[in-house]
Amino acid sequence: MTLLQVRDLTVNFDTADGTVTAVDNISFDLGRGETLGVVGESGSGKSQLVFGITGLLAANGRVTGSARLEGQEILNLPDHKMNRIRMEKIAMIFQDPMTSLNPYLRVSDQMAEVLQHHRGLSKRAAITESVRMLDAVRIPEAKARVTMYPHEFSGGMRQRVMIAMSLLCQPDILIADEPTTALDVTVQAQIMRLLADLQADFGMAIILITHDLGVVAGSCVDTLVMYGGQVMEKGTTEGLFARPTHPYTMGLLKAVPRLDRETAQLETIPGNPPNMMDMPAGCPFVPRCEFADERCWNERPELKRAEGFKTRTRACHRSLEELA
Amino acid sequence: MFSFVARRIAVAIPTLLVLLVISFLLMQTAPGGPFTSEKPLPAQVLANIEAKYGLNDPMWKQFTNYITGIVTAFDFGPSYRYKDRTVNDIIAQGFPVTLTYGTISFIVAVFVGGLLGIAAAIKHNSWLDYIAVGITIGAQVLPNFVMAPILLLIFTLWLGWLPGGGWNGGQWNYLIMPVIALSTSYMASIARLTRSSMLEVLRSNFIRTARAKGLPNRVIIWRHALKPSILPVVSYLGPAFVGMVTGSFIIDSIFSTGGIGFFYVNAAFNRDYAVMMGLTILLGTMTIAFNMVVDILYAWIDPKIRL
Repeated sequence: MTLLQVRDLTVNFDTADGTVTAVDNISFDLGRGETLGVVGESGSGKSQLVFGITGLLAANGRVTGSARLEGQEILNLPDHKMNRIRMEKIAMIFQDPMTSLNPYLRVSDQMAEVLQHHRGLSKRAAITESVRMLDAVRIPEAKARVTMYPHEFSGGMRQRVMIAMSLLCQPDILIADEPTTALDVTVQAQIMRLLADLQADFGMAIILITHDLGVVAGSCVDTLVMYGGQVMEKGTTEGLFARPTHPYTMGLLKAVPRLDRETAQLETIPGNPPNMMDMPAGCPFVPRCEFADERCWNERPELKRAEGFKTRTRACHRSLEELA
Repeated sequence: MFSFVARRIAVAIPTLLVLLVISFLLMQTAPGGPFTSEKPLPAQVLANIEAKYGLNDPMWKQFTNYITGIVTAFDFGPSYRYKDRTVNDIIAQGFPVTLTYGTISFIVAVFVGGLLGIAAAIKHNSWLDYIAVGITIGAQVLPNFVMAPILLLIFTLWLGWLPGGGWNGGQWNYLIMPVIALSTSYMASIARLTRSSMLEVLRSNFIRTARAKGLPNRVIIWRHALKPSILPVVSYLGPAFVGMVTGSFIIDSIFSTGGIGFFYVNAAFNRDYAVMMGLTILLGTMTIAFNMVVDILYAWIDPKIRL
């Protein structure tokens, strides 16, 4: 059985100016120990997708569709039931480790409360366990530092604390929402390596949300490319990088700076991300797509198996030959 | 911590001195004097009285005499109006009164206001929130000089439940109306401050983390959200506490409680120099002291602040 099965997941927000669809009919499967990359630019709905699954949407957000964890529906569960899944089955780490830890509480308190609450451990035992986990994420002198406050740690160390905290209950799934975006490049590499090592040790599946294609290339088996709340293309990461089949994926890959070629200017995708209040009737990418025609403007492309591929799906009206 | 308090006290002394000089000068420059009245005293009599109190000395001499009296004998001078009472007597009599009803009002305002603000923030945009906001706006725009007579009208004249004034040693039924009248607008301010800061905190990333940790709401509110939410409220509480325990002219006048709020305003009208100065020093000292308490509380709440 797949660990997490998401079907037709849609997230809407009620705003003063009407309903905004941040995530539009997304489906995917995640197996035990697998890593799924979710790529897209800011505002593409990738964070709202996982907030929808874990029930962390803002008060005006609504999620519909289905998300089954080991066959059990978890979408829109009441809080007291969802709270047994959070951390124990699905744990999350966030983009900004500076603000994601409570600045007013000691790291020991913030970590220990997880084990006290979910495992019924005494505070003393919970802190011992927390120190062990801080050791596992390679925080030096963990025993001495566990009683410090978050502001006494550097950004990279704080993200390590977040990771250690998220793994305390050995979850089946770790959702990492842009875990390296706020960090230095050298620290980014350390954190990604750490996550890979921890995955090998603990065997959890990871959903890695990022806008950094380099991060996805280094660590994900499958990748889902999102744009305007919809999936543009989905497939194995390796295949996606070798042969993109969607104009948006192609544009993204072209925009990655390369050192092995002489270029005067960095490539960009012309235009701006879509205004979620005013989405085109057809493909969300159409205003920025160089291959767009009449049909692309008026009719929404379905996510279908790409011709000549075994597992690749794409949402595009134009055939592969036309894009070549 | 110790050096912080020591430094604060060292700064407080010149601050108080400046406060003294300014209020002394302001009082002296205001026209009239303690013995001016509608029916003027004979010039000879006036001169004799002024000589008795040293009011015909040059101003610097009056000031230094005054300071010397305080420093050497803790003597804040005589009242020019109440012949047989000194400033110390008036404070000793009036301050316990305002301290009593002020402290009770403060506790009421903090608990009612705080809980109302927290409840409104947790149930944001619900009927509870709207009612709480409605109450706080109403309480804030209703001045206590309107509130007090209304209370009197209802509880004393119509219902006859509560005594209409007096102090009676601070017996509970004499306290109720002064406390309600004094605490209402403070309560409203505290509720509004708490609500808005809690709303902001509840939207922050670390609260999202706490929710992602599967903690029950009660833990999220009381353990994760409360401390950061009360920070802005705490800075308001220092001056509010001083304002409340030094009493209110309106409360003292309408309920005849006999606190220092009444004496303070009357001293200004009567040019009762020493009483005014004495109460100004009391108020100033308390303001400085409670601002220091607020700073200490801040450091205790926020680990990033080191004293």
